[in-house]
Amino acid sequence: MKNLFSRRNFLKGGLASTAAVAVLKNKESDASGDFTGYPDGMGVLVDLTRCVGCRSCEAACNKEQSLPEPDKPFNDFSVFDELHHGQKRRPDEKSYTVVNRYDVPEIDHPLFRKIQCNHCQEPACLTSCFVNAYTKTPEGAVIYNVDVCVGCRTCMIACPFYIPAFKYSSAFDPSIMKCIFCYDTRLKEGKPPACVEACPQEALSFAKRTDCIEVGRQRIRQNPGKYVDHIYGEHEVGGTAWMYLSGVSFDKMGFDIHLPKEPILNFVKDFLAIVPMVLTIWPGLFVGFHLLATRKEENKKHTIEQNTDEKEEQV
Amino acid sequence: MQTGKKFLKTALAITLGVTIISPNTLLAMAAEDAPETITIDSMANLYTSVEFNHEMHTEYASCQECHHHTTGAIVAAPNCARCHHNHDENDIVSCSGCHVANRFSEKYLVTLEKPELFHIDKPGLLGAYHLNCISCHEVTSGPTGCQECHTMTEAGEKRFDTGPFSPKAGKNVSEKH
Ligand code: SF4
Ligand code: SF4
Repeated sequence: MKNLFSRRNFLKGGLASTAAVAVLKNKESDASGDFTGYPDGMGVLVDLTRCVGCRSCEAACNKEQSLPEPDKPFNDFSVFDELHHGQKRRPDEKSYTVVNRYDVPEIDHPLFRKIQCNHCQEPACLTSCFVNAYTKTPEGAVIYNVDVCVGCRTCMIACPFYIPAFKYSSAFDPSIMKCIFCYDTRLKEGKPPACVEACPQEALSFAKRTDCIEVGRQRIRQNPGKYVDHIYGEHEVGGTAWMYLSGVSFDKMGFDIHLPKEPILNFVKDFLAIVPMVLTIWPGLFVGFHLLATRKEENKKHTIEQNTDEKEEQV
Repeated sequence: MQTGKKFLKTALAITLGVTIISPNTLLAMAAEDAPETITIDSMANLYTSVEFNHEMHTEYASCQECHHHTTGAIVAAPNCARCHHNHDENDIVSCSGCHVANRFSEKYLVTLEKPELFHIDKPGLLGAYHLNCISCHEVTSGPTGCQECHTMTEAGEKRFDTGPFSPKAGKNVSEKH
């Protein structure tokens, strides 16, 4: 996370320091700071106390989205023991959602958590994308347009949940791969995503986002001691359409509990404002960089030559 | 105990109700009135239907643990008890009578939006079964694996890329958590 933030700050800081910023504080970016999501957007409340790790949601997603054949069958539970570079499974270009197991000492049975795009109210992927490949639909989904994506992968860095993946099959035809809330096939028509419909435990509840919050609060209130008193995603990064209830503190379930309450948008707003200018000044900028770099190198050559004698003496 | 209840009921019928048994016992539906087995097949698609041995399950759970307030027995869940604590026997006692199989139909989603209903968070039929069955099976060491209760159909095997539809690399399925 630290890396991510410093990288983001780098982007922000680096670009903000260009002279263009001051001139380009436009009204639009200020207005977008007040936008707290579409009022009737749908959401999903994930009750982690209910999930039994059956992977029905993964299987349903694979078929609904016509994703490639998995490496292992969806009723193979050895995937929960897999570690990839020391990390539990993550959604990738072959799976928009994965379920992981968490062994929490104070609970006598394993816990499970489904991971997918959280469909942020103010998505960092969207705001960071300078070709506007992403759209937040009034229904609540964050979708993307592969035709305009240039494969710069800024969204991968911007997403606080590490969600967008890329299909690397062709360098000239980059494609973002991530959960789209089954927008094309279901959400658009008011239907729940395939995973929600498949879940036998109703660990996933589909309703208006505002109603999801109501139901979440009600469950916490009516079952004293069962849940921690927090709906993850109600406020994190400005709110997400997918939200979570948990019986143990969220960090034990692999959630980042240090995310800010404000949308990531606020961090990159300055960056956004200068985006159009970036496009126009980049060529010039790079020519400049190149000149600088080559000049530096020439200087280096000189100094190296000069230093050779000294160095030999030192040795 | 059940026989005792039946005896009391009979005695009651004869003496026309001059007894001291509580009204709840009086109104409670007798377990003997229930069917021995129930075929749960309303949603069978990826899995085969379940032959549910109702009689056997009455040894593990009281009526209200599954039927809530509908059989006339005092309701156990405190939240239900807020309204139904002393509720008469209902005409509808089957799971599907209250928990809808199609919980995403437009009609049903609209009823969920009515805040005056305390049943706002009522699970659909699929959830009602699994939530109640699995949570109890975990405590009573009943079966908890998917195929221990219902085997997969061919459609299920296709959905889960398993059995004859397994990916080439992963034929050895480990179905244990
Ligand atoms: S979770 Fe990541 S990919 Fe999904 S909407 Fe939020 S920022 Fe975008
Ligand atoms: S289908 Fe439901 S219970 Fe099964 S793994 Fe997915 S979220 Fe958990």
